[in-house]
Amino acid sequence: MSSIATKQTPTVKILANGFLIMWLIVAAFPFLWTLWGSFKVEGDFFSKANWANALFGTLTQSETGGSFTGAGYYGAWVQEEFWRAVMNTTIVCVCVVTISLTFGTLGGYALARSTYRYAFWFLLFALMFRAMPPITLVSGYLLPFFEWNLWGRLSTTIIVLVALNQPFTLWMLHSFFKNIPQDLDESAMVDGCTRFQAFRHVIIPVMWPGVITTGLFSFLLAYNDFAVTSMLLSKENQTMIPKIASFLGTTQTKGNVMFAVSAVVSATAPLFVMVMFFQRQIVSGLTAGAVKG
Amino acid sequence: MKHSSFFWFVLPSTVLMLLFIAMPIVSVVTQSFYTAHEQVILEVENCGPFGCTQETSVDQEATAALREAEPLGKFAGFDIYTDRNHLAFGEVAAAWVKSDGLPDFGSSLMNLPFYKALGFTLTYTAIVTPLTIVLGFIVAIAVNAVAKSLRGPTIFFSLLPMIVTPLVGSLILFWMVDARGILGTGLQWLADDPNLSVKASTGLMWIMLMVYGVWHAAPFAFVVFYAGLQTVNTDTLESAMVDGATRWERIRYVVVPHLMPLVTFVALIQLMDNFRVFEPIISFQASAHATSLSYAIFNDLGGETRLLSSAAATSVLTIIGIGILLSPVLVRTWRDFNR
Amino acid sequence: MNLKTLAASCALIASAGASWADCGIEAGRVNIIGNEFPAIQTIAAEAAECATGGVTIEANLTADHQTLNVAGMSGNPAEYTSAIVANSSIVALINEDVIRPLDDLVAEFGADIPQRQKITVGGKVMAIAFMANAQTLAYRSDVLEQVGLDVPTTYEEVLAAAEAIRAAGIMDHPVGGAYAAGWNIAQEFNNMYLGHGGKFFEDGSANVSINNPQGVATLEVMKALTEYMNPDYLTHDSNGTQAEWEAGNVALMNMWGSRMQNIMDDEGSEPQVYENTKVGGPLMVGDSGVPASTLWWDGWTVSKNISDDDAAATFRSLAHAVSPETLTDDTMEQAVWLIDGYKPAPVSEGVLAAVKAGTAPYPMLPYMGLLHTALGDNVADFMTGKESAEQTLADIEAAYTAAAREQGYIK
Repeated sequence: MSSIATKQTPTVKILANGFLIMWLIVAAFPFLWTLWGSFKVEGDFFSKANWANALFGTLTQSETGGSFTGAGYYGAWVQEEFWRAVMNTTIVCVCVVTISLTFGTLGGYALARSTYRYAFWFLLFALMFRAMPPITLVSGYLLPFFEWNLWGRLSTTIIVLVALNQPFTLWMLHSFFKNIPQDLDESAMVDGCTRFQAFRHVIIPVMWPGVITTGLFSFLLAYNDFAVTSMLLSKENQTMIPKIASFLGTTQTKGNVMFAVSAVVSATAPLFVMVMFFQRQIVSGLTAGAVKG
Repeated sequence: MKHSSFFWFVLPSTVLMLLFIAMPIVSVVTQSFYTAHEQVILEVENCGPFGCTQETSVDQEATAALREAEPLGKFAGFDIYTDRNHLAFGEVAAAWVKSDGLPDFGSSLMNLPFYKALGFTLTYTAIVTPLTIVLGFIVAIAVNAVAKSLRGPTIFFSLLPMIVTPLVGSLILFWMVDARGILGTGLQWLADDPNLSVKASTGLMWIMLMVYGVWHAAPFAFVVFYAGLQTVNTDTLESAMVDGATRWERIRYVVVPHLMPLVTFVALIQLMDNFRVFEPIISFQASAHATSLSYAIFNDLGGETRLLSSAAATSVLTIIGIGILLSPVLVRTWRDFNR
Repeated sequence: MNLKTLAASCALIASAGASWADCGIEAGRVNIIGNEFPAIQTIAAEAAECATGGVTIEANLTADHQTLNVAGMSGNPAEYTSAIVANSSIVALINEDVIRPLDDLVAEFGADIPQRQKITVGGKVMAIAFMANAQTLAYRSDVLEQVGLDVPTTYEEVLAAAEAIRAAGIMDHPVGGAYAAGWNIAQEFNNMYLGHGGKFFEDGSANVSINNPQGVATLEVMKALTEYMNPDYLTHDSNGTQAEWEAGNVALMNMWGSRMQNIMDDEGSEPQVYENTKVGGPLMVGDSGVPASTLWWDGWTVSKNISDDDAAATFRSLAHAVSPETLTDDTMEQAVWLIDGYKPAPVSEGVLAAVKAGTAPYPMLPYMGLLHTALGDNVADFMTGKESAEQTLADIEAAYTAAAREQGYIK
């Protein structure tokens, strides 16, 4: 990338950087504001009197005596045992990503290598499956799940999330495998490998980048899901997002919004580490994969 | 690839999708053709802490036999699809006859819940999808020009709108655009109108929902395009430069065509997600000003009495809508596939 | 205050095995589903005290309880042996035939339950209520003093006071109310319509009749009130309205009794605001003599599709939970309890006044939920000035009729 083709004139550079800084402000400002505000009391953070209260913490001063308070964090993590939800989310995310990718790579590989028409129809149906609004699906699950005693378990939720995410995973991995030269596995098969052995020994070693990219999107889906997790998990198996929702209160009673805010802030920190760790793979993954559609 | 190995490779995915998506879809479609049995209503006296009142109740014994005989309910054909809360054939026809001129017909159409929801859904999809793609593309180009060491944090911050759960993210934005919030105050100052309130005006509410939609979805487009940019052939770029192509021409004739397949992919996913827009309407309490098809489903399922058939019919209409919307992209994919 | 009780009740649930009460149950399975707020947490925790070696007691308290309870009680045996419901939500369970009449259980184990707690439908006990709720006036005594007015008792006086407060330059938008489109604004319509002496349905049938002079008057009073509200009122649910109150922007509002505790405590607002926040009775409107409010109860039910042992265990553990011992210094302020031995606190004066004034209970009709949804979808169209009152009411009736036809209430 250091060739002259990518060299830029100063004006272009300033323009590009100026735009980027603006975008970063737009993208990150609400979060940074939240981070700052999570150390205030609710009256300041959602101040209806004056927005500057959120910066200076007028009510925080009068209620707690200092300009910063860790009450939100204490409430969420200690009183409400938010760590349980974090553990459940970790289990759900790890399982969803692993299972999605295992099934997705197998299916995506077959779809990319098959030359028959039914492969197209398969992809098309997968896409139309994704069109179904998830709320309808979830409300349909409730009755049979209760009947068969599957409701409330983490394993049920994991399987449902994997299934709902399967169309996206298949589409993405399918386009990724299309870009791995066909000669690679075919020559292995000429050498006497079965299709599965070829997949196992030749394809798996070169597929990691694409898989990691797809995995990242699966991860974000499982991590941020509300529709499925709030309906299918029992209290003790609750993941982070429904737990955060339960901090928000109901029509007749007030919730603890600051618990929710602190919980969201603390849940973002591990993601920072993860994005830093995987950013190279995201790039190289999509590079190899989706580029040629 | 042989049929048998194809079968074994796709089996796990297929089983999952059949069990958890296809079967529910079949049951939803079936449900949408049935209504509840006629309820036998009794007048009863209800008593409680606040005294007794004369009210009504469903006669369980009388309806139990009916339910036993036909557990699905009463077959209704397309009645639910055509009733007032969905396609409203009768009301549309009446409005057509009564109306003087197209604008009048349009406004009576927008008074019907389904068309009102469809109106916003389509506008939202038509505006948010291209803007997301364009913004994602420009951000990708800009990030691509940043020094390598800064790219990690830049990517993370660009991803934030997608990472922070909409549940709380929109709560905070909702406060910010309040007339007393930081953005709301800023807008009042910009417009020089101290009474300006985003939440009170339908037009501004629509704009806010769409801005939120673009903001929330841009990171997805950005990541995909950014990755695509890594594979742009530098030789082609260099030779274009030698030929005297300006920077703009290089983007227009080399980079954009290279990214076209990605644009298709992002457009496909975004069209679908935007057509199902739901979360912002709930979090921004926007239902007085804008409703969507998914919101209508949520509303049917979330009341004290759940309208299962109505929700099922709207869901089927949503799938059909997405099918129509995606058909150009799908035809293109079909041609590519046959090539 | 809220946090403490919440934490305390959670701890109680967690340590259910440790604190043990003799409820005389030998065996059975109890699983309770309900909304989550402190009073319900208390009930669930008290019920959990009955757990012994042979008795398991669990609870799933969540804001999504209404979506889960019918499905969770439909199987055989049902996952949930009890659902905690309100007078609006019990009808869904009765309609689906998933809860059992409690008469035999009351006769056997419920001798101590006072008559007023029993909810009977057509003479059969279907639920045991434990707390009451209603929307009543909250006002700022200092602001009313400044303009020299008495505490309003009718909406007409509220409008006059609002004008006086605005004219005195104290507040721009002195009136508050949960007018968010959807459930909240529909509830305000219900209050106001009942206050005008309106009837929702033709007698003994599911045919709606709100497109009448009372309906129009209702919408007009609501619209007149919104002139004195923050222009964003269509997005203000109870949370939003409460925030406006605590910020000191509002002097008069119609609010849930269960939220009065929050606005009168020292969290979230300046002393000037919380010290002068007072609770009044329900407001009247017009000359019907019925307050413009509704009474609500919360109570528990027992599932139909469970064994007799489980039903008995459920009944007895919950009967224990609504016994007078439940009321301690900690729990007394959580709600307006219907349990014997409840000592009213200042915050609950509003609800008690509403009961005394003969406020109508929220209708326990099988099709009321459908009308509530139709109202929530359409009332806003009048408020934003898109439609005339008659057109809005006609739309509501049409939307309701289509839904009621689908549910089989109307031919």
